[in-house]
Amino acid sequence: MTDTPTIRVEGVSKRYGDAFAVREVDLDLAAGECVAMVGHNGAGKSSLIKLMLGLTTPTAGGIRVLGGDPASAAASHIRRQVGFLPESVAFHPSMTGRETLDFYARLKRVPRDGNDALFERVGLEPDAVKRRVGTYSKGMRQRLALAQALLGGPKVLFLDEPTTGLDPALRQSFYEIVRDLRDAGTTVLLCSHALTELEGQADRVVVMNRGRKVADGSLATLRGLAQLPVRIRLTLPSGEVVETACANDDKVATLRQIACEGPELADIEVVQPSLDEMYAHFLRREAAE
Amino acid sequence: MNTLLTIAAKEVRDGLRNRWVVATTLLMAALALTLSFLGAAPTGTVGVGRVEVTIVSLSSLTIFLLPLIALLLSFDAVVGEIDRGTMTLLLSYPVARWQVLIGKFLGHAAIIAFATVLGYGAAGVALAMSGTEIGPESWRAFAAMIGSSVLLGAAFTAMGYLASTLVRDRGTAAGIAVAIWLVLVLLYDMALLGLLVADGGKTVNAGLLNGLLLANPADAFRLFNLTGFKSVSQFAGTAGLAAQVQVSASVLLAVLAGWVAAPLALAAVLFSRRQI
Repeated sequence: MTDTPTIRVEGVSKRYGDAFAVREVDLDLAAGECVAMVGHNGAGKSSLIKLMLGLTTPTAGGIRVLGGDPASAAASHIRRQVGFLPESVAFHPSMTGRETLDFYARLKRVPRDGNDALFERVGLEPDAVKRRVGTYSKGMRQRLALAQALLGGPKVLFLDEPTTGLDPALRQSFYEIVRDLRDAGTTVLLCSHALTELEGQADRVVVMNRGRKVADGSLATLRGLAQLPVRIRLTLPSGEVVETACANDDKVATLRQIACEGPELADIEVVQPSLDEMYAHFLRREAAE
Repeated sequence: MNTLLTIAAKEVRDGLRNRWVVATTLLMAALALTLSFLGAAPTGTVGVGRVEVTIVSLSSLTIFLLPLIALLLSFDAVVGEIDRGTMTLLLSYPVARWQVLIGKFLGHAAIIAFATVLGYGAAGVALAMSGTEIGPESWRAFAAMIGSSVLLGAAFTAMGYLASTLVRDRGTAAGIAVAIWLVLVLLYDMALLGLLVADGGKTVNAGLLNGLLLANPADAFRLFNLTGFKSVSQFAGTAGLAAQVQVSASVLLAVLAGWVAAPLALAAVLFSRRQI
């Protein structure tokens, strides 16, 4: 890991007409880091990714991806090292899976003999590869989309809502691939509103709301920031369930107290605030300000 | 392989898959063959007429049909891909925007060239096989007609691309394409005629008229084919006009080429500034 971040976003705003899609966002992403960006629809996640891809130019602020401006004319060498899986991905329906990947491999100037391995990696059957993309199911399209994003072993990977429409088994294999890439030093930026499935996948979580970054940190840091109560669920021998709550910092003391001084228990369950709850908390705080 | 060629080849394959190529080629061939066998009917005979008659008929066919095909093929090229979401992914690849635009244009122009050469070529072959005597000058005129038809098709394809990059909505792009066809193919000549009649030759002199004719690619095409070859202009009834027109064939071709390059260049500039 190097000290200079692979992606640096500094004071970036993007305005469409009168509406700000992104507002004064600062963000650094390092190599080998998997960052989840969460926020509901219209929070500016996709707009930020488009800016980082150089598809749009910021109204204010600056973006460096792999040391260069992604929207400049000389961005070709940057884009060759970037993989992108767009939200609700679309391919040309009349091309087969293989033709599609060949087409993108040519554009990226990547040798095409690695395509078979890629199909295998994302779990696209040889039978399916020969069929036209128009006949694909949502899951197959998503696998093809991941395959094209992995072309050429990208140093930066943008995944916009990558797991919508995937079944749980597929989701797991999806995150396995993402983990492997991250361990190999790729910067992965993952957008989602399926928050619960991001727990345990992301090293860092960035919360976006109405174009602003409202929180940024590891799950533990966010928990500390949010100061949300930890719930402790006690099951009595009679089967009765009692729930109590305490601050995160008092958790250990409270548990000790219950264990030593409390009644006899059949079970103790400690429920940490989920990402969903923390997200809701940050939005509430933002709305209150 | 070159990026431009990769994109162009994809466009051609798309055209083959969705039957555009087959449909246009068959349409062009069917109309060309019909015209070459029945086109001599006004001269009192049914059967294969002189090749010059066929050239006159096919030129008129080109002016109406080819712009329409070209515009239908191209109006969706940019706005449609943005709409379907394929453009976002394409532009995230190491390709410049002008490469996307020119590559797609080359693909569409190749489809038009293929359909025209094969469709009209079929008529030429039919003429030759039916035993009509065709001199070398007539063949040259025939070849020039096919070549300039391709150029006219490319010009309207370029205008379709301009319409496609100009707007954010496919319906609007389609509307603009229809308007381009109506104005340049149908209304322009009528307006010009009306102007000449109303003016009565007072202010509109030959120079101005030539300029006005050159301002429309369809008219440049017509002038090139109907006045460029003496043998053809006799049959087109434009021999008198041919004597008046002081614009050389190379200038007319340059004008047509300009009608390809200018809209395309403008579209490339607009597209490069577009926020996808």
